[in-house]
Amino acid sequence: MNNIFVYCEIENGKVADVSLELLTKGRTLAKTLGCKLEALAIGHNLQGIEKELGKYGAEIVHVADCECLAPYRTLPHAAIICGIFKEEKPQIALFGATTVGRDLAPRVSSTLHSGLTADCTSLEIGNHIENKTGKEYTDLLYQIRPAFGGNIIATIINPDHRPQMATVREGVMKKEALAQPVSPEIKQVDVKKYVNDADFAVRIIERHIQEKKINIKGASIIVAGGYGMGSKENFEMLYELAEVLGGEVGASRAAVDAGFADHARQVGQTGVTVRPKLYIACGISGQIQHTAGMDGSAMVISINNDPEAPINKLADYAITGDVMEVIPKMIKYYKENSK
Amino acid sequence: MKQPLKIVVLAKQVPDTRNVGKDAMKEDGTVNRAALPAIFNPEDLNALEQALIVKDKYPGTTVTILTMGPSRAADIIREGMFRGADGGVLLTDRKFAGSDTLATSYALSCAVKKLSPDIIIAGRQAIDGDTAQVGPQVAEKLGIPQVTYAEDIEKVEGGEVYIKRRIENGVEQVVSTYPMLITVNASAPECRPRNAKLVMKYKHAKTATEKQEIENDYFSDLCNARPYLSIPEWGVTDVDADVANLGLSGSPTKVKKIENIVFQAKEAKRLTASDEDISGLMKELIASHTIG
Repeated sequence: MNNIFVYCEIENGKVADVSLELLTKGRTLAKTLGCKLEALAIGHNLQGIEKELGKYGAEIVHVADCECLAPYRTLPHAAIICGIFKEEKPQIALFGATTVGRDLAPRVSSTLHSGLTADCTSLEIGNHIENKTGKEYTDLLYQIRPAFGGNIIATIINPDHRPQMATVREGVMKKEALAQPVSPEIKQVDVKKYVNDADFAVRIIERHIQEKKINIKGASIIVAGGYGMGSKENFEMLYELAEVLGGEVGASRAAVDAGFADHARQVGQTGVTVRPKLYIACGISGQIQHTAGMDGSAMVISINNDPEAPINKLADYAITGDVMEVIPKMIKYYKENSK
Repeated sequence: MKQPLKIVVLAKQVPDTRNVGKDAMKEDGTVNRAALPAIFNPEDLNALEQALIVKDKYPGTTVTILTMGPSRAADIIREGMFRGADGGVLLTDRKFAGSDTLATSYALSCAVKKLSPDIIIAGRQAIDGDTAQVGPQVAEKLGIPQVTYAEDIEKVEGGEVYIKRRIENGVEQVVSTYPMLITVNASAPECRPRNAKLVMKYKHAKTATEKQEIENDYFSDLCNARPYLSIPEWGVTDVDADVANLGLSGSPTKVKKIENIVFQAKEAKRLTASDEDISGLMKELIASHTIG
């Protein structure tokens, strides 16, 4: 009872990276709290799924296996989770901040009247004293996230409601398998007990899912462009540099919003978190919303007209100049000096 | 269509966090809201456009903007009317202040019940919080289905709504019975601009609070003669909301701490765009095996 639960996203029998990252984090939190880590696997054809989850530390796996549960739909998944949570009373429940998790977690939190914090960048355990009443709370989940467009960092707590719920984006937490996997206890979920006909009000007619083509998360070199690039055409130059260096192209939210680059390339709080060996920030001012997604880069080069651009405070090399002038030179001198 | 459709668009007036200037933070480290322009939340405009497209397709459809906020939030109701909405309601009461997403959703759901729409459309998320929680939570409070991340409301047929949604790495086409709630992505079409005729028609649309500030007989006569110039203001009692579920006391989440972003400055090596500097840099990077 009062354990930590992680909702695991499963597509075609494969567990999403973000869920494995959350299990890894959940494992640490469970250790701090002295409780168990439980996983929810809801879908179809889930035989053997517990093995994968056990590698990341799940001690109990609740398996709800039914043809009607895949692909994901909000209401049946929410009904099962709410049913299990009412019985098991978890203290913490974690979801990926994906299109599934961000659809599902608010629905669940509303049913259970529990607090939910979206897109956390850090989760910690800590205490709290209520100023007004002097009431003390121990071992709360600190849900830490940028807010207000990334201009502030807020620590959110849910003192009086359980479970304490949070969503976390892919790539924010580290994914680490155990050296010695655990063999989780399996609890088969009686789907009919929780789900009724009304939960199937939404039907899926067609579905086109592609394997991720753009994967900037795995790139060791990222050439990223911001609003300062000025146009989609100017972004072409970044692709050239990325190709020459063997990297990928990233973009700031402002550049994606302006239509310069695809959303899959967005780095930052509402995009992907990356930790490349080299990050070249071109025409990016460096709002926290963006830097939150790249400040783990081993080396940062910034190219900006403005010598005072905030990004320069993170940079190892700050080039003051016109991106359109600097990048062709980088390509030229790279080619001249490499073999 | 047996009966004309009733659509409610949930919209929020937000500070424009995308254009945060140097004066956006006060010296004590709190956000200086006065320095940020208040705008129509961008994805709520995408939501409004979807509602207006449905209205274009099915004549007789009505589109009502519902927003919660202070007096000045009436601005976005007018903005919506200038672009084609039929009217709006301002949900405003001091007792709503301090609400987190759950308490906000409760308040909105109480107001939606009074409007009894067929379809509720909202932006996916607001740029001041980026939580994307209010849409699904309103749907849950109303006990109706939700479809999030929508890009196109294709048609309404046979008592069902056909929707294309943009999800991770793909698209999904779904159909749902209504009443139901939809949240719309920024990847959906942009909202149409203001219509000059509608601006003329609605520019004097005001809430009761705003009207009190204007003492002018001509103006009050005008409003009385044209009911569409009155924007209703609803408080807690108007929507039969339970105060226990509102404001700080109705919010499970509490803000423990707020920190300003302080960059940890490290010494950057300053370079220019000159050939010497760039050539030197590339040599350094190759030598350190960072690239190549």
